Amino acid sequence: MITAPSPKRIRLLRWSAPILAAPLAGCNWVVMNPSGDIAVQQRDLILISTALMLLIVIPVMAMVVWFAVRYRATNEATQKDYDPDWDHSTKLELLIWSAPLLIIIALGALTWVSTHKLDPYRPLDRIDATTAIDPQVKPLTVQVVALDWKWLFIYPELGIATVNELALPTNVPVRFDITASTVMNSFYVPELAGQIYAMPGMKTQLHAVANKTASGAGFSANYSGAGFSHMRFGYKALDQAGFDAWVAKVKGSRVMLDRNVYLGLARPTEKAPVAYFTTADPKLFDAVVNLCPKPGQRCMSELMHIDQMGGAGKEAAHDIRGLQYDFPNSHVIDQTERNEGKQTAPDAPGADKAPADHSSHSGADAHAQHR
Amino acid sequence: MTTAQMIFGRLTWDSFPWHEPIVVATFCAVVLGGAALVAALTYFKLWGYLWKEWFTSVDHKKIGIMYMVLGLIMFLRGFADAVMMRLQQAMAFNGSEGYLNAHHYDQIFTAHGVIMIFFVAMPFITGLMNYIVPLQIGARDVSFPFLNNFSFWMTTGGAVLVMCSLFLGEFAQTGWLAYPPLSGIDYSPATGVDYYIWALQVAGVGTTLSGINLIATIVKMRAPGMSLMKMPVFTWTSLCANVLIVASFPILTATLVLLSLDRYAGTNFFTNDFGGNPMMYVNLIWIWGHPEVYILILPLFGVFSEVTSTFSGKRLFGYTSMVYATCTIMVLSYLVWLHHFFTMGSGASVNSFFGITTMIISIPTGAKLFNWLFTMYRGRVRFELPMMWTVAFMLTFTVGGMTGVLLAVPPADFVLHNSLFLIAHFHNVIIGGVLFGLFAAINYWWPKAFGFKLNQFWGHVSFWCWNIGFWLAFTPLYIMGLMGVTRRMRVFDDPSLQIWFVIAAIGAAIVAAGIGAMLVQFAVSIWKRDELKVEGDPWDGRTLEWATSSPPPDYNFAFTPVVYDADSWADMKKNGYQRPLTGYQPIHMPSRTGSGVILAALATLCGFALIWYMWWLAGLSFLGIVGFAIFHSFNYKRDFYIPADVVTRTEEARTRILAAGGPMA
Amino acid sequence: MSSTTAPLETRTYHLPEEPHLHEGHSTMLGFWMYLMSDCLIFAILFATYAVLGGNFAGGPGPKDLFDLNLIALNTAMLLFSSITYGFAMLAMEKNRVSATQGWLFVTLLFGGAFLCIELYEFAHLIHEGAGPWRSAFLSAFFTLVGTHGLHVTFGSIWLVTLMVQVAKKGLIPANKRRLMCLSLFWHFLDVIWIGVFTFVYLMGVLR
Repeated sequence: MITAPSPKRIRLLRWSAPILAAPLAGCNWVVMNPSGDIAVQQRDLILISTALMLLIVIPVMAMVVWFAVRYRATNEATQKDYDPDWDHSTKLELLIWSAPLLIIIALGALTWVSTHKLDPYRPLDRIDATTAIDPQVKPLTVQVVALDWKWLFIYPELGIATVNELALPTNVPVRFDITASTVMNSFYVPELAGQIYAMPGMKTQLHAVANKTASGAGFSANYSGAGFSHMRFGYKALDQAGFDAWVAKVKGSRVMLDRNVYLGLARPTEKAPVAYFTTADPKLFDAVVNLCPKPGQRCMSELMHIDQMGGAGKEAAHDIRGLQYDFPNSHVIDQTERNEGKQTAPDAPGADKAPADHSSHSGADAHAQHR
Repeated sequence: MTTAQMIFGRLTWDSFPWHEPIVVATFCAVVLGGAALVAALTYFKLWGYLWKEWFTSVDHKKIGIMYMVLGLIMFLRGFADAVMMRLQQAMAFNGSEGYLNAHHYDQIFTAHGVIMIFFVAMPFITGLMNYIVPLQIGARDVSFPFLNNFSFWMTTGGAVLVMCSLFLGEFAQTGWLAYPPLSGIDYSPATGVDYYIWALQVAGVGTTLSGINLIATIVKMRAPGMSLMKMPVFTWTSLCANVLIVASFPILTATLVLLSLDRYAGTNFFTNDFGGNPMMYVNLIWIWGHPEVYILILPLFGVFSEVTSTFSGKRLFGYTSMVYATCTIMVLSYLVWLHHFFTMGSGASVNSFFGITTMIISIPTGAKLFNWLFTMYRGRVRFELPMMWTVAFMLTFTVGGMTGVLLAVPPADFVLHNSLFLIAHFHNVIIGGVLFGLFAAINYWWPKAFGFKLNQFWGHVSFWCWNIGFWLAFTPLYIMGLMGVTRRMRVFDDPSLQIWFVIAAIGAAIVAAGIGAMLVQFAVSIWKRDELKVEGDPWDGRTLEWATSSPPPDYNFAFTPVVYDADSWADMKKNGYQRPLTGYQPIHMPSRTGSGVILAALATLCGFALIWYMWWLAGLSFLGIVGFAIFHSFNYKRDFYIPADVVTRTEEARTRILAAGGPMA
Repeated sequence: MSSTTAPLETRTYHLPEEPHLHEGHSTMLGFWMYLMSDCLIFAILFATYAVLGGNFAGGPGPKDLFDLNLIALNTAMLLFSSITYGFAMLAMEKNRVSATQGWLFVTLLFGGAFLCIELYEFAHLIHEGAGPWRSAFLSAFFTLVGTHGLHVTFGSIWLVTLMVQVAKKGLIPANKRRLMCLSLFWHFLDVIWIGVFTFVYLMGVLR
């Protein structure tokens, strides 16, 4: 470094150092350097595809520059080459259609194979590049519910649930069953595997495995309303002992996640703190997927069964009890202000007074509450 | 319901965003600026001139210019939104919430997308096609001149509604495609999504009609001898783009009708309950949305072809394969929509089908790029501004195309979807393709439209600012995409990201300088227009629009040209064509009409009334539309003749200029 | 490689006379394209019906709601109106103003009858609680059939307008062209209705 920097130089350094150093040092190219095997394979696919395309992109870009410079009007050397009527060459035409075609054939084959291999619905057949597993091995199930605006993780086999914290044991295949309570979100842990949408009334799946202990973040990658930016959760990959300890810690919470607690959680809040539960209701997730966690609500599976049978007849037309799921102003955090003068169904989740934890919000949320 | 609610619907004193100082300040500036403009127009007695010569004009050239002006104004609004986002994201670190709350920020990114696509890119390309296509095919106007005027005002009506949302109520906070259930009435109860729906519906009518109009024009009104395979490439790409418009905008219209029925009539198309299916909306909107991307880029591919060929002083290499490539892209654009939501969880076979069809589009696109390359090969490339933009496009667009193909690989998309990498990709193709193409086109055809060239110095300043600013603004986004940073975020946890957002904001500032330089370029050129004056053919052009004077007379061509070659003007010049100096005849032209303005104003009013639930006004204005349309149909006298002596006088004036050597031959 | 179709020396590069593009030269093409774009709107509505048509939300299905006799009558009305419009066009070809007007009026009556029956059907369904808000199936049904009905309504308004215009100006070329456009429109609605009748009503009840 400079031994005796002048004040001006110091100032320059102070300004430029973070600009030069921070991008390189501080950042975490997590998509390029993930810790889960699925994400690693996706990373490799990005690199291979890019390399394949560069095979043609680099020559093209070089040719653009080369031709533009070489055939510039002011270049005396190429004046004699000028051929204003030259506009066709079968050989060249063949080349310019077949070169991209070849690349796309290669890329298309790669796409077909990798899309099937990395299909999020497909059970894993390996832990990492060197360790195969039997697809029949039952993976650890994690049920994921995207709520407004926080994440609920239910571990049905372990009898626990958490809000905004996801922990996984390393080298154990995991199957996520994913849904959402009201609007579309996308469940994404860049460390672990690619994202998949979380949609109300539907269940998507994602198979993944964590290979290294890690701690990072996961979040919603699909905009879902005012609280979206803070819809993040902590992600931890722990070795088996660490994971067992974590499970024990969660179990220690003694708060049961029953339907009532769930309905309270489902109300819109921002920056929800991490919370631990012991699960009581094994059917909760199914009820959420079928939009009937609330008592008296009719489940979609039941309705679809009736529909399959050709409907419930004319008499059923007037009977709409337990069918309504979306209610006016479902996304408003402070329901009391906005519902004035508006008709709200008596059994709307938001019709009760504001959720208990909304008063804990920082001042910056005051506006969202006001609206 | 009170009387006030009956009259004003849900519009109240509180609908004005008093609590948002940024909006209030903007409002004051707009009011002051608007008042100054109105005062100036009144003082200089320009209202009559504007009404007679512009607003009610059915001349495709004037309508084209009005579209470009609309696009430019809305571009400034859309860019202001972009700058606000860049500032917010550069600030909101270390616990800071930045300067925008979610309510405001979410409107801004929605409005930015909607405005840039529907009210910037669309008016720009429609204006360009309107101005150039009839000239290139040797026609006097479009097939349906009145509809053309009406289409323009409908587009403007949509833009007016979007601008209204800035000061009355709010705009959608849903993202630019307004996915339900978030955009449904239960999750977005305020006026935002209604503004979105009615702005797009009003403008969409205009877009569809203008598409029909231009297809009919190209099919029916080509000069004698101009077979399909002798059409200029820009006309070809315009034809394909308009076919896409007519075959895709009705899908958008229908989809938005279903969404508005959900919001207004309580139907259940896209709701969670009662059997609705939000995924249906996502599919439908992208069946429109993907062709829309090609509607935007195809005409610009035509521009690049014209520019490359003109400034290389050569015929376009591979005209035939260029035409087939365009048509292939047109058809394929309908087979790829699902690549916008691989992550919705379709099966692997469905995903890979749509991934591979997407990649296939890159083959004709790649062929086009090679064609431009070989057009330069053995040419004499003059680096005027249009050519500079074209070369910049080739380099920029290639990168954007490559990242696009990468996103078409479904497992790669699982990690890159909705990330800043995606944002960087589509800005890379839309700025690098559509905007750079528009800048090439504006620099290329400005002398045709106004009779003088654009200032070179400020053009160069703008060019370099745009190119440097673009890469500075979007490279960090590519990089952050690889760090797993996703779009539409308002605040960030990870402080190490801030530096990238700061770099991106600096890039945006440089782009702003580029926009400023462009405005200065226009102003300086108008100021010094006498020095920059040109005659009909300043660039040694190759297609018919350069055969007439600059600016062209109302009737475009004194005599209808006859075509023997795709580069018909080059062919005429080569074979010693002599401009006829006598024998002028009266020319049949369409008359101007105020009906388009009135109908579009009523439609906009109807949209406004629906947004605010003023049912009486909605009903009245709708009846007004129907009634006025019927009234208009009773007018059978819609054309007139330009007398022969007027044509003679106009053409003789030009003869004198040409004889004097012209300002520039 | 300039392509040539005429020897260079005989090439004339402009027409000495103004080529006469007759008035309305593009109208039929333009109108046809409009119809195709309209057709696309119906295609989307049909597709929506295909996707959502089985979602009764635990309510009534097509078998419970549709009265095929009524619909057969309705279909007959619309088909007759198309035939009588055809007669109007034949009369127009022969420049017989009063016959044209007469057949147009009959067409209007049939169209009006169609609309009345449809409104009755809708009112009846809503009365039974099977309104468009009851289920996605009914939303899709009302929207598809209602959009068709709306088209017939506007077609009827247009028909009246044209009758007035023919009365005022006679069968001048402009009016003939407009009658031809409406003819396309009217038959187009007929085709759409046949789709609705088969796809929505017949298949709904018989399946």
